[in-house]
Amino acid sequence: MPDTHLHCQNPTISALEVTANELRKTVIQMLLEAGSGHSAGSLGTADIFAALYFHVLNVDPKKPDWDDRDRFVLSNGHICPVWYATLSEKGFFPKKELWTLRKINSRLQGHPALNCLPGIENSSGSLGQGISQAVGMALAAKMDSKNYRVFVMTGDGELNEGQVWEAAMYAGNKDLNNLVWIIDRNYIQIDGRTEDVQPLENLREKLEAFNWFVIEVDGHNIEEIINACNMAKAVSQRPTAIIAHTIPGKGVEFMEYKVEWHGKAPNKSESMKALRDLRSLDGKISCEYD
Amino acid sequence: MLNSKLKLNKEVFQKDIELKSTREGFAAGLIEAAENNESILSLCADLKHSTKADLFENKFPNRYLEIGIAEQNMAGIAAGLALSGKIPFISSLAIFVPGRNWEQLRLSVCFSNANVKVIGTHAGLMHCYDGGMAQALEDIALTRVLPNMTVIEPIDYWQAKAVAKFAAKHKGPMYIRLGREGTPSITTEETPFDPENAQLLLEGEDITLISSGQITYEVLLAARELMSVHKIKPEVISMPVIKPLDEKTLLRSAKKTKKIITIENHQISGGLGSAISEVITENFPVHVHRMGMQDRFGESGKYHELLDKFGLSAHHIVNQVLNQIKKNE
Repeated sequence: MPDTHLHCQNPTISALEVTANELRKTVIQMLLEAGSGHSAGSLGTADIFAALYFHVLNVDPKKPDWDDRDRFVLSNGHICPVWYATLSEKGFFPKKELWTLRKINSRLQGHPALNCLPGIENSSGSLGQGISQAVGMALAAKMDSKNYRVFVMTGDGELNEGQVWEAAMYAGNKDLNNLVWIIDRNYIQIDGRTEDVQPLENLREKLEAFNWFVIEVDGHNIEEIINACNMAKAVSQRPTAIIAHTIPGKGVEFMEYKVEWHGKAPNKSESMKALRDLRSLDGKISCEYD
Repeated sequence: MLNSKLKLNKEVFQKDIELKSTREGFAAGLIEAAENNESILSLCADLKHSTKADLFENKFPNRYLEIGIAEQNMAGIAAGLALSGKIPFISSLAIFVPGRNWEQLRLSVCFSNANVKVIGTHAGLMHCYDGGMAQALEDIALTRVLPNMTVIEPIDYWQAKAVAKFAAKHKGPMYIRLGREGTPSITTEETPFDPENAQLLLEGEDITLISSGQITYEVLLAARELMSVHKIKPEVISMPVIKPLDEKTLLRSAKKTKKIITIENHQISGGLGSAISEVITENFPVHVHRMGMQDRFGESGKYHELLDKFGLSAHHIVNQVLNQIKKNE
């Protein structure tokens, strides 16, 4: 367990790690309850969500539509279980609603739907559209001389979509230092490994060629994630892309790195096994969760 | 002969009348609306001279965004701007917007009910010289199936100008279909534009002719000939608002004439004729004949040559009216 504490404020990194682990457990329970959904990306990005919503983003669950809030746009909408779990943990809506995911009359749609649930900033699921939406929000902030920042997360397989590069080309040439694009680089997509389906490398060089400031982080190192988001603030006159290297299915041993868990939900016995893995957090946390 | 209540253009049939397009009217109206509303933005995908977005840019350089040839990105950016309180008008040729970015319009714009106005110019056969590739004859079908989307095709310059002002005030996604070529103005600056009411351009009793867009001028030419040569009194309705459709005016006329012909610069599937047929079959089934592109692509030529080739000129409308009336005798 890293004992690094942030200099400026609480909660501490270790507390954020605990939060991330809570999010993972919630995700497993949600997916079990729903009977379908995407496990790997939801688990793989839990550390990023914990870092963003419990340290980086200036958001207020009591005022979800506050004009000056930071925006978080989810482009790879299929990992919404972790977004919903995070928003609920943050207090945007009651936790008991999480168990309605993908069910009839629920505000927790199988893919995020705007105007449905507090805290949701965009509709997504059809891949490739989130960066453009975020660019629009970042442009509006500049036009209105507002200081809010716009964060957008995409998957990596999603980068096969042409619109991603349209948006990347456009934003790279604009004065959008209020825009941060987080790429969940987990090297899997539905049909296989990204480098087998449609190779993306050298991703860093591609993004740099589009004039983005690029930072690579360990997507499970919360301190690195937070530092990268802070560093992006200091970049002038261009947007920042954070390539967050993650392990798909992170925290659940039998799911980690497994392509087949991209779009699948665990059954009852798999969920029990998953929760056992998460309760010990690789043996690092034990007493509190046994 | 025209409905005097609408203050229509009395000189519409004069030979030397000025020809103007709906894209020009819309651009002028949008500039007027933008004078009073700083939230209005114009976005274009490398066709600003064609869509007339350049006029907006000249007036409000800081409120014009050049997106480059990237219609999908343009739709997404517009959604983000709209969700942040702006009123973006995105424009390109109708073949590209909504042709190229339909799914972005569906998810980023309509599914989120984002206040984005979608302007497709050079619609239908009016993109005449560039050939079949460039002629958007499917755009009404594409847009009117989208929930939350309003669909309007103004009939002339002045109505397009009024539609722009209406669009600026309306909240929610809207597709506005505009033409490239100049046609005589049927309406005037004084003609009221009420989005909820179709315009009864000419009151008649023998048959109802319904159209949207600049092809309405062909319908008026046909109506004049029908009255003067054939002693037939057609009722001519302009239906610029294709969605939501003014069912009341439509059904009132259907009950009166019991015969309808729709005329559109679009495929006969999915467009105005289809929209009208849907209402008629459900409410008051009478014969509806749809004139439009008969499930085929266009080709290069002058606008009037294309209308002639594809059976959409005034004389085709006259013949069709005679057919329909004969059928019913």
